[in-house]
Amino acid sequence: MLQKLTITLAALAALILVWNLHTILLVLPDEINQGAAFRIIYFHVAAVFTSFCGFFLAMGLAIAYLVKKNLQYDAMSAAVTEVSAVFATVTLITGMFWGRIIWGIWWAWDPRMISYVVCLLFCWGYLMLRKAVDDPTQRARLSAVLLIFTTLDIVIVWKSIEWWRTQHPGPVLSIRNGGGMAPGMEAPIYWNVLALILLATSMALVRMRQESMQREIDAVRRYAHAM
Amino acid sequence: MDARNFQFMFYGFSVAWSIIALYVITIAAREGRLRKELDRVKRMVEQGEKELRK
Repeated sequence: MLQKLTITLAALAALILVWNLHTILLVLPDEINQGAAFRIIYFHVAAVFTSFCGFFLAMGLAIAYLVKKNLQYDAMSAAVTEVSAVFATVTLITGMFWGRIIWGIWWAWDPRMISYVVCLLFCWGYLMLRKAVDDPTQRARLSAVLLIFTTLDIVIVWKSIEWWRTQHPGPVLSIRNGGGMAPGMEAPIYWNVLALILLATSMALVRMRQESMQREIDAVRRYAHAM
Repeated sequence: MDARNFQFMFYGFSVAWSIIALYVITIAAREGRLRKELDRVKRMVEQGEKELRK
């Protein structure tokens, strides 16, 4: 059942992505100032939305673990965080390529970018912490707390373009009252958001299954040692 | 300028999809490793139980 759902979500994501790629590459005109490179934004913004949704979901699951002490929530939270970290990396690197051609620099030490790197470092720290701690309950508790701090940083990332003057562009999308894009050019961003969220969900489902397999292996090993 | 813009768009797309593809390959490899490990530990337990019965 879970496998069927995973495949269905991935196939749906692939369909939307193919259709949307056609729109982005062949239907939409070049942006007047940025030329063809503005199309990177369709994946940059979609990846950032996907990672944000993932981090908030993971934080919810981490809080659920802290309240209910059920390791299932911890495993789900770890799976979602790992997938979100991948999309956060995609965001950062696609942003660097866009910045290189539009700003002429790969990197700017501005609040939006620094806070996002901090978030990514927290994330990789979280994944390393999970490998370093052997005791499942201690690992779950420590990683849940670290994940809550990681997600609080997301709020700073989100609001940074309003709180400070940044090299990073201010709000562009109409959902943030940006109004910097024509409606026809904005819609493919939301389709990409949907496609990447579906893709991320299917990846997270696979990772959740792997986490439960790992727990089963640990349980069988403990039983073997007790024999 | 236009050709360079197109070049960077291509790089951006390539990097984005390469990262996702690499991750998918990683989780597929992990799946195989976990299945093998699960089979191994289960066999180990079965063998241990047989020896205990003897």
